Amino acid sequence: MPEFLDKRLLFVTGKGGVGKTTVAIALGIRAALEGKRTIVCEVSASENASRMFHQSEVGFREVELANDLWAISIDPEESMREYVLLQLKVKAMRDLLFRSKMFTYLAAATPGLNELVTIGKIWELAQLDRKVKHGRKYDLVIVDAPATGHGISFLETPRTFANIARVGPIHSQGLALEATITDHEHTGAVIVSLPEEMPVNETARLERELSGRIGMAIDRVVMNALYPDRFSPADLKRLDRLRGSGDDEVRAAGRAAASQARRVAAQREQFARLQEMVAAPISTLPFVFRPELDLKAARALAEEIA
Amino acid sequence: MTSIERVIDGRQIVICAGSGGVGKTTTSAAIALGMAARGLKVCVLTIDPAKRLADSLGLDELGNEATRVDPKLLARHGIDAAEGGELWAMMLDAKETFDALVARHAEDAAARDRVLGNRIYQQISGALAGSQEYMAMEKLFELHSEGRFDLLVLDTPPSRNALDFLDAPRRLIQFIEGRSLQIFLRPTGLAARVAGRGASVVLSVLKRIVGFDLLADLSEFFTAFSGMIDGFRDRAHRVNTLLADRRTCFVVVCGPQGQPIDEAVFFHSKLVENEMHFAGVVVNRVRYRLGTRAPRLRDLSTRIEAELGGGGGPLAEEAARNLIEYDVLAQRDARNVARLAKSLGDEHLIRVPYLDTDVHDLAGLAEINRYLFADEETRIGLATGDGG
Repeated sequence: MPEFLDKRLLFVTGKGGVGKTTVAIALGIRAALEGKRTIVCEVSASENASRMFHQSEVGFREVELANDLWAISIDPEESMREYVLLQLKVKAMRDLLFRSKMFTYLAAATPGLNELVTIGKIWELAQLDRKVKHGRKYDLVIVDAPATGHGISFLETPRTFANIARVGPIHSQGLALEATITDHEHTGAVIVSLPEEMPVNETARLERELSGRIGMAIDRVVMNALYPDRFSPADLKRLDRLRGSGDDEVRAAGRAAASQARRVAAQREQFARLQEMVAAPISTLPFVFRPELDLKAARALAEEIA
Repeated sequence: MTSIERVIDGRQIVICAGSGGVGKTTTSAAIALGMAARGLKVCVLTIDPAKRLADSLGLDELGNEATRVDPKLLARHGIDAAEGGELWAMMLDAKETFDALVARHAEDAAARDRVLGNRIYQQISGALAGSQEYMAMEKLFELHSEGRFDLLVLDTPPSRNALDFLDAPRRLIQFIEGRSLQIFLRPTGLAARVAGRGASVVLSVLKRIVGFDLLADLSEFFTAFSGMIDGFRDRAHRVNTLLADRRTCFVVVCGPQGQPIDEAVFFHSKLVENEMHFAGVVVNRVRYRLGTRAPRLRDLSTRIEAELGGGGGPLAEEAARNLIEYDVLAQRDARNVARLAKSLGDEHLIRVPYLDTDVHDLAGLAEINRYLFADEETRIGLATGDGG
């Protein structure tokens, strides 16, 4: 088992479209198979995970997807209600606050508040001693975090609020969240990448920002969707003759082989660039030749993660 | 199916929208490049903090001002712009644009400095959720008003949800008109109450959760903004009007997998609902079927082996498996594209094939343009022909 699954909190991030959700779920499946009680959190409304699990709606509640594997979609508004209740302890008082115009306006107008309460909820899920009603204890919380640009400001939110507030409850909570995020024993990050020019560039930048500016531990870079290296130069030379065939499909096979070889070569070049550009250890995942990345694909990938 | 030139014909603004990782930046740059080559003065705007466009255009850095892409660089890649054709590019700096807006709308220098110097403003102006989206449109509006370019192409921010972009000006207007700000600004508003007069239960509860200091800072921030509200509101309305203008059109960019296709269909319906002009949809990285009829591994392998001659068995099987795996994805792409064509109309759809090499420079953009600017028949020939 990859050693970083022993941490309590893992943020899975990367450029848009690199397969963050798939990797987050594959990691969750793997950890659950290893006997860790795991929860995968979605932080935006896109519901990628529920789509994959064919759950019509995960929603803002802890749903069991498989043995030891849970999921939640973190809704900022619900997180805020829960947080305020934990602070005030009295439901009537919370409801009074939420009914007041002043509070709703303030909540809507304060920038970054959604991100702050979302991270607060993630923190809460990772507590051993959970204060919310029916809260279960998890060994591992995996977050399907926002893509590159938004991901950095998302993870920076606690510090931003700690700085803005200077003193008081928000200040101390901001500091506590920041301390959790930057605690290398407790929290880690996995950056998902693809063997292409721009994703490799962004992976290097993301590693720099998350580790340098925010101070997080980068446990792994996952190079996703690598093609199998099928044909040697001698093979290709031999296959070249297929392109003169009178059989359409045989000709197509020759063409597909040549294309595949060019893509493998391009991927290899990008993989070498990634190895040069990042400091974290790199794991690889194979390209999945399936029409959609479903649960079966995620299960297969779970076995592959090293 | 059609060409990009036809779908954006006569428009002055093209907004490329779609979820992250579908090739929006590349598509925006390719459209701008292609139209410049056809004799228009074009500027492409990106707000991607990853400086992807700068990389694509061979520029070291794009500032918050439009920079012309060196014609010699274009010529070196075989792109000779027609008479009058120029390619410009800029990368939006959300904070700089925000600062400029504040400066424009402030009543006087003192009011401007109060906002620019406010600690909350300094923390949020760069990172505020939705601010990038709004600032992109703001810059677009500014460039359009100046009338320096024949065509503006906007690469929308890499938000997970393309709708965030459409919503940005409306949210800002709502925020202002919904009196979220005013609550702080009335004589009896929060600002005054925080300062000491009045002590409702709500306020004391609020103080307990948020802390007095932060509450005071927030109200100071909103008060500092108060003089600019009219300016902002007016501007946001005009930006919103420009978005719905006939001169503006949207090109939806997506990939051929199920989820991006669903998102494209949904985004299209939102455009229609908001009475904005949908021009077309570009599906990137489509695996064209290579004239195959769902072959079986054993059979195809035997036919390949016959062509290869003696001892070619294992290689033939590998080549057959390779084609069949490709074809699984090609069939999926064909199904998804057909589904898209059914809901959006075939005449709005442009497929760009999955190329053997990855596109990240001018040569790659020129290659993409062979497909974007061709008609479907030519595209199929290019993508599936034996010479390709």
